[in-house]
Amino acid sequence: MAAGKEIKTQIASIQSTRKITSAMEMVAASKMRRAQDRMQASRPYADLMRGVIQHLAKSNPEYKHLYLQEREVKRVGYIVVSSDRGLCGGLNVNAFKTMVKSMSEMHTKGVEIDICAIGSKAAGFFRSYGGNVVAATSGLGDSPEISRLIGSVKIMLDNYADGKLDQLYIVYNSFVNTMTQAPVVEQLLPLKAEDDEESLNHHWDYIYEPDAKELLDGLLTRYIEALVYQTVVENNACEQAARMIAMKSATDNAGDLINDLQRVYNKARQAAITQEISEIVSGAAAV
Amino acid sequence: MAMTVHCDIVSAEEEIFSGLIEFVSLTGSLGDVGITPGHAPLLTEIKPGPVELRKQGGEEDIFYVSGGFLEVQPSKVTIMADTALRAHDMNEAAAEEARKQAEQALSDQNAEFEYSRATSQLAEAAAQLRTIQQIRKKMGK
Repeated sequence: MAAGKEIKTQIASIQSTRKITSAMEMVAASKMRRAQDRMQASRPYADLMRGVIQHLAKSNPEYKHLYLQEREVKRVGYIVVSSDRGLCGGLNVNAFKTMVKSMSEMHTKGVEIDICAIGSKAAGFFRSYGGNVVAATSGLGDSPEISRLIGSVKIMLDNYADGKLDQLYIVYNSFVNTMTQAPVVEQLLPLKAEDDEESLNHHWDYIYEPDAKELLDGLLTRYIEALVYQTVVENNACEQAARMIAMKSATDNAGDLINDLQRVYNKARQAAITQEISEIVSGAAAV
Repeated sequence: MAMTVHCDIVSAEEEIFSGLIEFVSLTGSLGDVGITPGHAPLLTEIKPGPVELRKQGGEEDIFYVSGGFLEVQPSKVTIMADTALRAHDMNEAAAEEARKQAEQALSDQNAEFEYSRATSQLAEAAAQLRTIQQIRKKMGK
């Protein structure tokens, strides 16, 4: 029964792993609900802000803000949003893959790249993968605060304003539903006007109070911050959802493993008993 | 029936109001602004203070915003506030307390004194009080 004992300990260890994964699944499920609420709550602000910026991009301002001007692209910046912790399936890896693909496209065009990493997974990945990480923030927790993000975003915006960067992208996971998270690369700067049905075609401009420059500086910076915040919150909801799914399948797999091992154990036990009986019987026959 | 325009008020945390209005007034960076339907496109910064709405049908409502931006388009008015409160949720005692604290901070200036932060806190607290008083006046009528 030496093999039986080994199997027994293996089963016990898998059982305790299953306990952990199922606890993590339940924690992730409750955190996901809160993260989703947070995501939904901050969405109207980001959406309206986006609307205003779209109007602005289509107007004919007396003062053309830096963020609205297209430049020749020599160097681009990426803000990559990731989770702080692992055990969430392929969430981060998928985002990094998408980003690396977009980066290699830039490389072939001879464009240089700066990276701003949000979340410790991104910082870790680009440390080993290689890449010029100019700013990093991590440890944002489950309820990210906008004030923690502003610093690193500002570094990128300052670089853009100084002409060191000509385009700014953001990479994150967008929350499709609990089962699906899609990695997205989105262009932040310069702001692009999308065509829509309600666009005003004639020449028009806002009345600005106070003057246009001051106002747009404030508004556009706020816009980028709000957008980055929104993506961080969304990525957080993705993280919890992905972790919930990953832990659910881990729990299921542990259950399967335990069943298989239990069967092997039973067979071994039965074989030992059969052997013992046949030994006794043959012993008795010999007497 | 009076002309109306769609108005949205949002803060970074939540949506506060969305609906048709006849008139809205708030404190812009260059003074009070009143917006009626058909206003020319306008972009302005908002200072801490009350936002008064006259909804479709004449019902009035007051909100408090702590700064942000106002956008006016022919078809809609958007108020993006840093933080917005339904005025009835505001606590007068807390606002008064905040004002006193800010005033105190301004008067005893010690080594690590942040003048700009204290003044902005004072302005916010004063604006909150102003909003509450305005509601009082309305309800008293």
